[in-house]
Amino acid sequence: MSKLDGKIPTGPIESKWQDHRFNMKLVNPANKRKHTVIVVGTGLAGASAAASMGELGYKVKAFCVHESPRRAHSVAAQGGINAAKNYQNDGDSTYRLFYDTIKGGDFRAREANVYRLAETSVKIIDQCVAQGVPFARDYGGLLANRSFGGAQVSRTFYARGQTGQQLLLGAYQSMMRQVDLGNVELRTRREMLDLVVVDGKARGIIVRNLLTGEIESHEADAVVLATGGYSTVFYLSTNAMACAVTAAWKAHKRGAYFANPCYTQIHPTCVPVHGENQSKLTLMSESLRNDGRVWVSKTKNDRRKPEEIPESERDYFLERVYPSFGNLAPRDVASRQAKYRCDEGHSAIPDGEAVYLDFADTIKRQGEAKIAEKYGNLFQMYDKITGENPYKTPMKIYPAPHYTMGGLWVDYNLMSTIPGLFVAGEANFSDHGANRLGASALMQGLADGYFVIPYTIGDYIANTKIQPIQPTHDSFKAATETVQIEIQKLMNVKGGRTVESFHKQLGRIMWNNCGMARNEKGLTEALQQIPKLREEFWNNVRVPGEANYLNPELEKAGRVADFLELGELMCRDALDRKESCGGHFREEYQVDGEAKRDDEKYCYVAAWEWMGKDKSQSLHKEDLTFENIKLATRSYK
Amino acid sequence: MADKMINLTLKVWRQKSKNAEGSFSTYSVNKVSTDASFLEMIDQLNQELIQKGDDPIAFDHDCREGICGSCGFMINGSAHGPLKSTTVCQLHMRNFSDGEVLTVEPWRSSAFPLIKDLMVDRTAFDRIVKSGGYISVNAGNAPDGNAVLVPKPDADEAFANAACIGCGACVASCKNGSAALFTSAKLVHLSSLPQGKVEGDKRALNMVAQMDQEGFGACSTTGSCSAACPKDISLVSIAKLNRAFLKASLNKKPEVKGGEAG
Ligand SMILES: Cc1cc2nc3c(=O)[nH]c(=O)nc-3n(C[C@H](O)[C@H](O)[C@H](O)COP(=O)(O)OP(=O)(O)OC[C@H]3O[C@@H](n4cnc5c(N)ncnc54)[C@H](O)[C@@H]3O)c2cc1C
Ligand code: FES
Repeated sequence: MSKLDGKIPTGPIESKWQDHRFNMKLVNPANKRKHTVIVVGTGLAGASAAASMGELGYKVKAFCVHESPRRAHSVAAQGGINAAKNYQNDGDSTYRLFYDTIKGGDFRAREANVYRLAETSVKIIDQCVAQGVPFARDYGGLLANRSFGGAQVSRTFYARGQTGQQLLLGAYQSMMRQVDLGNVELRTRREMLDLVVVDGKARGIIVRNLLTGEIESHEADAVVLATGGYSTVFYLSTNAMACAVTAAWKAHKRGAYFANPCYTQIHPTCVPVHGENQSKLTLMSESLRNDGRVWVSKTKNDRRKPEEIPESERDYFLERVYPSFGNLAPRDVASRQAKYRCDEGHSAIPDGEAVYLDFADTIKRQGEAKIAEKYGNLFQMYDKITGENPYKTPMKIYPAPHYTMGGLWVDYNLMSTIPGLFVAGEANFSDHGANRLGASALMQGLADGYFVIPYTIGDYIANTKIQPIQPTHDSFKAATETVQIEIQKLMNVKGGRTVESFHKQLGRIMWNNCGMARNEKGLTEALQQIPKLREEFWNNVRVPGEANYLNPELEKAGRVADFLELGELMCRDALDRKESCGGHFREEYQVDGEAKRDDEKYCYVAAWEWMGKDKSQSLHKEDLTFENIKLATRSYK
Repeated sequence: MADKMINLTLKVWRQKSKNAEGSFSTYSVNKVSTDASFLEMIDQLNQELIQKGDDPIAFDHDCREGICGSCGFMINGSAHGPLKSTTVCQLHMRNFSDGEVLTVEPWRSSAFPLIKDLMVDRTAFDRIVKSGGYISVNAGNAPDGNAVLVPKPDADEAFANAACIGCGACVASCKNGSAALFTSAKLVHLSSLPQGKVEGDKRALNMVAQMDQEGFGACSTTGSCSAACPKDISLVSIAKLNRAFLKASLNKKPEVKGGEAG
């Protein structure tokens, strides 16, 4: 085990980033054309990085699995994006956003990164407005804000319930402009299946053309991974179907450490599970908690309609337990309380788990039209899924896997443990500690892409001797062969079970044993079950069709194969961390149902190194030091 | 959420690749939960097909909540099926009745070449955006977000048009295969905002030229596009596109090359 160095610049927190940028070596503008950067993933983080580097003059090659970059999973983000603009004059500042994020992350994030994020947040809004992102405005023409969990100021910018879509379109359009100008070469429907490392540096990728099955090699001077999170390891999650860990996992197997894999976020307000054939869960944005009140009946197994349960018989449990934050308690905390109520028998539905999210008071106060303006599309979505009208009857909601704070380990420059491999957006572990605050993922993805990576890549390129390389180099051939062998192996099993059935089974193991609450027994069991399931997968999976043409089942099989390895690491990490913090709740470590951290022993980032097939990863630690914000028990009471 | 089980007959267009011959195949799908979405119903059928050793039906999908624009096909001749303002991923089986026969086929347009079964290639839309569907602003150049006031009605109009998900239902429902609704939505989104007006003329000329080049048909303002649009983009946008195009054509000034910053 070694200690990892986060390469945090020295000096006061307020000027670290500024000083660091000044100290960076620059690439001569005329030379930038000679440097190629690969960007894998064109969601918010990737599209913004590709656009910005194209604008700077680098030769960018961008890849995504989607038909169009505009379809990346970022498109689904609903509620909003944070920025410390203090437009509402309610006491916000860079420092407060920094503080809220560190506290919200339960003191498991790196101070310097988080400060930079808060500092950059204001520029993101300016950039997006200039691109034409149609943020909500008030009648005076100024930008509007709403509140999100874990904060007592109103700093969230939004475009109805489609903020992610609008931000993504902004980044996508900027990138398409660079495609038009010839600075970015875009290849869609390409799945990265390996990273090519030459002389210890990331020098390229191997991708499969999803339409033709062709395996392609692409070389570059540096590689950026912006391939999103891994919540779909749970099978049922709020993430889109194609979300996968594959790109990050292949990089992990080539030497990139995987940090805090057990930090996953379970979002409190999702439409509850309804049946066996359900393929995904739908989020009801956190912004709804601005105006909605969460409650259950005080009576156990109450089968009355919610409208028939009188006020005095309702338990508004978030308001009761957290009087100062109320319904805007952070996600991990709110999810856990919903789970407790259902565990105690107060679920709103007979054979499942749900609590009420009720708008009656606000509709009475503000009128239906006002609510429709703010949340119309969410209400409509709820109605379509459930067949119930939330203007008339309270929504039923329950927590669901939503976001992964863990990801590839990166230093302050967002570079992984493989020189030349940078990681941006949800795919890295950097800024959210053990729990992410709402509206902060969009902020982080765009901060990484527009304002961090374009600088730090330049510094890397200027400081590194990069030899010219051809895609015919032996390392490319070897990686291509590895990819081809794995594909053939998957095709050749010709077993009796569908890919989907394995994914579902893995998802159940993960949800039951490494979900909202974890304990030693469950995790140990999972660690026995997962390798068995993996073995069965490789002996009994059925992948129909051919490898050399469009084959969605083959794509899924490859992704599930990687999840079957990741799941095991998540459980090991969760077992190893004998404390509770943020989304990682170990039942053995709690005080009155709240997470009990152990700062003496666990104030570190756990970064796992791949040691080879059938060997356990080995653990490296990056110690976290808090110089600006005092380590304290997190309280929202 | 009272779920029921229904049985259906599906006639699905099967075609291996762009140049292969296609035809309808008939399947019965039994015990479909009325709480399931249309795509979950096809998942269920696909699982059965795989178990039987048959080729599953290929279709595009991702978010399954009506926002990514990946999904889309015709159900009994209507783009995205019978419900207004709804993509197929959001269409739930409670809208169908037991024993119904449903014909399912891909978008058909020469500008959307078929890939397989229900999947088509809509990258022509990306090329239209690439030709001018953006505001030219490099990262780091932006003034304060509140420096330019945007009247709320303008912001709302921009938003209503920006809501387009690029699914292609407009093209598929148009008898001429026109992409006017898609193109106009992007144009109106950007041009209704002060920061998007500067490049307005160029945008209109370039996007329309690209649209024609991709082989989309001409618009005859029948309105079936808007009726099929899951995001309710208004036909008024097409009128605005036409006006912007005409204005830009009349205003056209000779371009001085080399002025554009990269
Ligand atoms: C329903 C929902 C609502 C949300 N709402 C909010 C919100 O209101 N506010 C907020 O801040 N956050 C929100 N989030 C979180 C936020 O949306 C995501 O964390 C963020 O958008 C991730 O962006 P990204 O660019 O890192 O990844 P993504 O947008 O997931 O993009 C990943 C990209 O990588 C590509 N890719 C993946 N694997 C490969 C591969 N192997 N090869 C090639 N390409 C690959 C994909 O094609 C895609 O282009 C929400 C999340 C969900 C699920
Ligand atoms: S799957 Fe995304 S819109 Fe239907």
